[in-house]
Amino acid sequence: MSQDFRSVASEIVSKHGESRSSLILVLQEIQSKFNHIPFESMLEVSERMGVPLSDIYGVATFYHQFRLKPQGRHLISVCMGTACHVKGSQAIHGLLRERLGVGLDEETSPDGRFTLQKVRCMGACGLAPVLKIDGDIYGKVKPEDLDAILQKYS
Amino acid sequence: MIEVVKLDKGIVSDSEEINVRIGMGTCGLAAGADKVFEGLKECVKKMGVKAKLLPVGCSGTCYLEPQVELSRPGYPSAVYGNVNAASLPSILESYISGSVEGAVAIRERIGVMKGEQNLPLFDELDFNKHQVRRVTINCGKIDPESIDDYIAAGGFAGLRKVLNMKPEEVIDVVKASGLRGRGGAGFPTYLKWLICRQAVSDRKFVVCNADEGDPGAFMNRMEAESDPFRVVEGLITAGYAIGAHEGFFFVRAEKPLMASRLRKAVEEAKKRGFLGDNILGSGFSFDVQVILSAGAFVCGEETAMIAAIEGRRAMPRQRPPFPATKGLWDYPTNINNVETLAQVPVIFQLGPEKFAEVGSDRSKGTKVFCIAGKVRRTGAAEVPIGTPIRKLVFDVGGGVFEGRRFKAVQTGGPPGGCLPEKFLDLPLDYESLQAAGSIMGSGGLIVLDDEVCVVDIAKYFLTFTSAESCGKCAPCRVGTKAMLSILTRISEGKGEMGDLDKLRKLAEAMRDTSLCALGQGAPNPVITTLRYFEDEYVAHVRDKVCPAGVCPIERKVK
Repeated sequence: MSQDFRSVASEIVSKHGESRSSLILVLQEIQSKFNHIPFESMLEVSERMGVPLSDIYGVATFYHQFRLKPQGRHLISVCMGTACHVKGSQAIHGLLRERLGVGLDEETSPDGRFTLQKVRCMGACGLAPVLKIDGDIYGKVKPEDLDAILQKYS
Repeated sequence: MIEVVKLDKGIVSDSEEINVRIGMGTCGLAAGADKVFEGLKECVKKMGVKAKLLPVGCSGTCYLEPQVELSRPGYPSAVYGNVNAASLPSILESYISGSVEGAVAIRERIGVMKGEQNLPLFDELDFNKHQVRRVTINCGKIDPESIDDYIAAGGFAGLRKVLNMKPEEVIDVVKASGLRGRGGAGFPTYLKWLICRQAVSDRKFVVCNADEGDPGAFMNRMEAESDPFRVVEGLITAGYAIGAHEGFFFVRAEKPLMASRLRKAVEEAKKRGFLGDNILGSGFSFDVQVILSAGAFVCGEETAMIAAIEGRRAMPRQRPPFPATKGLWDYPTNINNVETLAQVPVIFQLGPEKFAEVGSDRSKGTKVFCIAGKVRRTGAAEVPIGTPIRKLVFDVGGGVFEGRRFKAVQTGGPPGGCLPEKFLDLPLDYESLQAAGSIMGSGGLIVLDDEVCVVDIAKYFLTFTSAESCGKCAPCRVGTKAMLSILTRISEGKGEMGDLDKLRKLAEAMRDTSLCALGQGAPNPVITTLRYFEDEYVAHVRDKVCPAGVCPIERKVK
């Protein structure tokens, strides 16, 4: 597997070029391939681009999109925008944490089914509170809807 | 995407087809438009109706989503709101049988259908009647992925004019229009272009800031999702005026539909010769790339965005030098917001004088405001700059819900402020909002009622800014954390009266010494709530009570 992390990363670097300005694009593509950015991939990118590993780690930890730990089968994003906040997104997030048995920060449920994350604003404020599971967006979410929504994802 | 369902047994007439427009922007999807779309496909098949299903963007009326519009030649188009799959058959049946009953509005009054006289025109709805639609005119009407739809609606006519002018003349026209940046700071657009044009360099860049990050602002998403070619046209014009041959769209990863629409629009424009080499035979060449932001609120700051495009951590740097002289890879770079660029084709279509006919003395034209939070009608409304807050919150938005009391409106996102009732007649323009202690920002208005606690709101924003602080300068990195910890203890009933002064002092220091607008603006939600709602802070600190009942104060049973 670790060989895979390296060889795929290497292919992606070849595709986008070894220039520093491709770094974020390369990391995005690695993540979309593996659902996270494996350490071995960063190592490979560092060697290929001639950019220090510390620098790559710095970029990978700076942006919200990047994840260094593997993600669950489904990604739940709870919108934490202002409209969602005043419409009860905290309570929705709290309930989801309880249901999934995950900690305060972004985490994956013990069964590997869901990863729960907070996102800043998805721009569907008119339908607050909003949450997204993978590509599906749910608006005007009520606490009592959560079980039915979660059931759709195995 | 156009889906034509053709069946032999037509209920209308054999040659006649019903056009079904369905709002499938992010708001529509959040309301379940995808299910309605699937339901529609099934429904027309079952009923044997000839119909063309046309996914469109958002018309701004979020509160009506999922929204469906039916039209057929010779009959008025009818708009239906809050549609679900179960209500579709009766809606279609009734429309086909010649009745518009059940619709919320019709587009035009023809007088041939039952129930027409009882329905308002779509543009006469309370949400719409105060609007002056310019950048949103196509939103919800045209197919956002069809360049032909955009051209048929007058698209690229402005660019044709532009390419026949000298770049300096283009800048003069923008100057005459009075257009100012719609991203928040309100800097005159022509001046930004001129400085960049005058910078001497063999390579220049233009960037469209589509990294809409203010929570509560979704106009850029709506504009780029629903009418992306307009933004592309604006960016080409900026490139031509400045003398740049390379452009970028920098799009927020959390708004994926916006990114895919812009990508598609760039491809189509290239195919038709609006992008690429020798555009429309003018000799001007221009290419555009769409870049997906990996997500950091600070990217809204121009120098941070530049760092992100260069593949580094998005940390702002000292200005000057400004990006207009030293930007991407040290080349002169012009950065404009989505809505600023969307306004550019309007200037060349209408002419600068007509463009400037609406707006306030110092700010011309229209601005799209987003209304959300504790308000009846949510959505995005385009009104002349300088429209009073009251008009948007109460006339357009319908005010707060039954039994609730209006408390404040939060404008400008995290660096903005909360304005109480006494500012309801304040005109929404850059200077007035600033004088009241808030900012225009990108134009988000979050309505707060008596169920919202201002201390909680201040805490919410500081949670946001402390997490989004890039960490480069201490006033922002440490200041946001310090403020958050004070606000947290106040919200838990553990505050002291001296905390209020500490907050004020911290706010002042951060405003004066932070490197960029994120840190300078971060204290604003605290400053404005302290200024206008001090009694609520005092209630938390002295009486250990949260009047709105939101904060986690342990109530002692007497």
